Amino acid sequence: MLRLHNITWNAPDGKEVLRGVNLVVPDGKLVVITGPNGSGKTTLAKLIAGIELPTSGHILLNEEDITGLDITERAKKGVSFAFQQPVRFKGITVRELIETASGNTLDSQQLCDILGRVGLCARDYIDREVNATLSGGEIKRIEIATVLARHTLLTVFDEPEAGIDLWSFKNLIGVFQDMRRNLHGTLVIISHQERILRIADEIVLLADGVIQAAGNRDTMMDRVLSTGHLAAGCRKEEEIFDE
Amino acid sequence: MNEITKTLLHLVSDWKGSFSGAYNIRENGCSVARQSSKNILIDNKEDKPGLNIHILPGTTGETVSIPACVTHGDVDDLVYNDFYVGTHADVTIVAGCGVHTQTGERARHSGIHRFFLAPGSHVRYLEKHVGTGTGTGIRSIDPVTEIYLEEGAVLEMDTSQIGGVDRTLRKTKAVVGRGARLTIREHLLTQKEQTADTQFEVELNGEGAGADIVSRSVARDHSRQTYFSTIIGNAPCSGHSECDAIIAENGIVDAAPKLCAHHSDAALIHEAAIGKIAGDQIIKLRTLGLTEEEAEEKIIRGFLS
Repeated sequence: MLRLHNITWNAPDGKEVLRGVNLVVPDGKLVVITGPNGSGKTTLAKLIAGIELPTSGHILLNEEDITGLDITERAKKGVSFAFQQPVRFKGITVRELIETASGNTLDSQQLCDILGRVGLCARDYIDREVNATLSGGEIKRIEIATVLARHTLLTVFDEPEAGIDLWSFKNLIGVFQDMRRNLHGTLVIISHQERILRIADEIVLLADGVIQAAGNRDTMMDRVLSTGHLAAGCRKEEEIFDE
Repeated sequence: MNEITKTLLHLVSDWKGSFSGAYNIRENGCSVARQSSKNILIDNKEDKPGLNIHILPGTTGETVSIPACVTHGDVDDLVYNDFYVGTHADVTIVAGCGVHTQTGERARHSGIHRFFLAPGSHVRYLEKHVGTGTGTGIRSIDPVTEIYLEEGAVLEMDTSQIGGVDRTLRKTKAVVGRGARLTIREHLLTQKEQTADTQFEVELNGEGAGADIVSRSVARDHSRQTYFSTIIGNAPCSGHSECDAIIAENGIVDAAPKLCAHHSDAALIHEAAIGKIAGDQIIKLRTLGLTEEEAEEKIIRGFLS
């Protein structure tokens, strides 16, 4: 269980971005944190992973206070983080990155299993560098594969829909639906895509640096839709999803 | 052959006690072991130190290794090796070099290698340089490479210097003929007070000639590197050069790429990037459980691979 207790975070210019966030993320759930742009969603995700440290408040993972732990220490405690803009590496191959994530060397079948879960054929990708030759959709899938390879207690996805085209996004939703069906541990997804909210167990609405509401998907969906900030599906998008 | 030579051979040419195929081992300025094969003939030069290596037309799948080792200080070894590659031959040439000193005296090797590739031939050229020993003497390796590619010939050069060499001046010149192709991959690491100077000059003289030069380097501590590349397009041709460098601590890199389009259908591109390891790369690897130091090491090792 992840527990955030009265978390505040001020930007370097002094602006209050998070103003006292209290949140409990239960085990074995898919929780989507949504809210308007600038509401502090990405900051909250980075605070959980240790990439940013809170100005005040506490973060507890399975009742252990991890507030003072750095990124590496939190990773070793079982926190994974998928970047909104996946990082590219000249010279590091997909195989090396996934093996680094898993902490072991992996055979072809294991690599095939991991990459297959994100819809990639291992044979076509394991020897490719994680560099600018990969498309936005490909690098996003590889980013997800790195966190899948870790099998951790808690995985945080920061706006997985960012930077990819609609066709890739449709496939990405399929990846998350599959992850939801085969859930190991807890997933926290930062998103303002209606399609992602629809596969959540619980939805948290963050606005103005505080949590405005939280609850199960059915009770939260109408409330979130009424705020109008969601990336609502246009007609073309609906046609693609209805295919 | 002394024990230091054996260690250096292992480092620069994957020597495991013997070579398969043709080879010549040079130790402190002298040939200490040599073997020609039916298709690859190695002979001494008559007018200066070095070898003439003739690879007969149509030779395929063979490797020729000509490693050179300097195993103590106060040695300044200069060697001239010429490779004549026959038509439609397809071979691998390995030319590693190691310099070692345990004293305050300088150990230096300079290999001047010329490659004459006949039409339709294909060479994979591997060059690995290393410096070892705890002496304070300067370890220098100053390679000069000249490449002449006739019609349709291909040379793929992979050159690396990953540690231990205090001074290096690396000059590579190539003349690329009609339909011929040159590929160069350079991997350089400098540390402490080391310096490395790289100079590439490529002339693309025939229709359809191509060159692709990629240099990746890391300058750490107080080391210094310079990179100069010139690609001259004298015909309808394509040339690409790329200089990527990571600087760490107080390392310095100067890069000066130059493109000369001397024909209206010459298509030449250069890319260059110099900077520290990106902070988000370190953060990403840390989220996978690596420490900051482990992340840096992995990024550098991958970058230079």
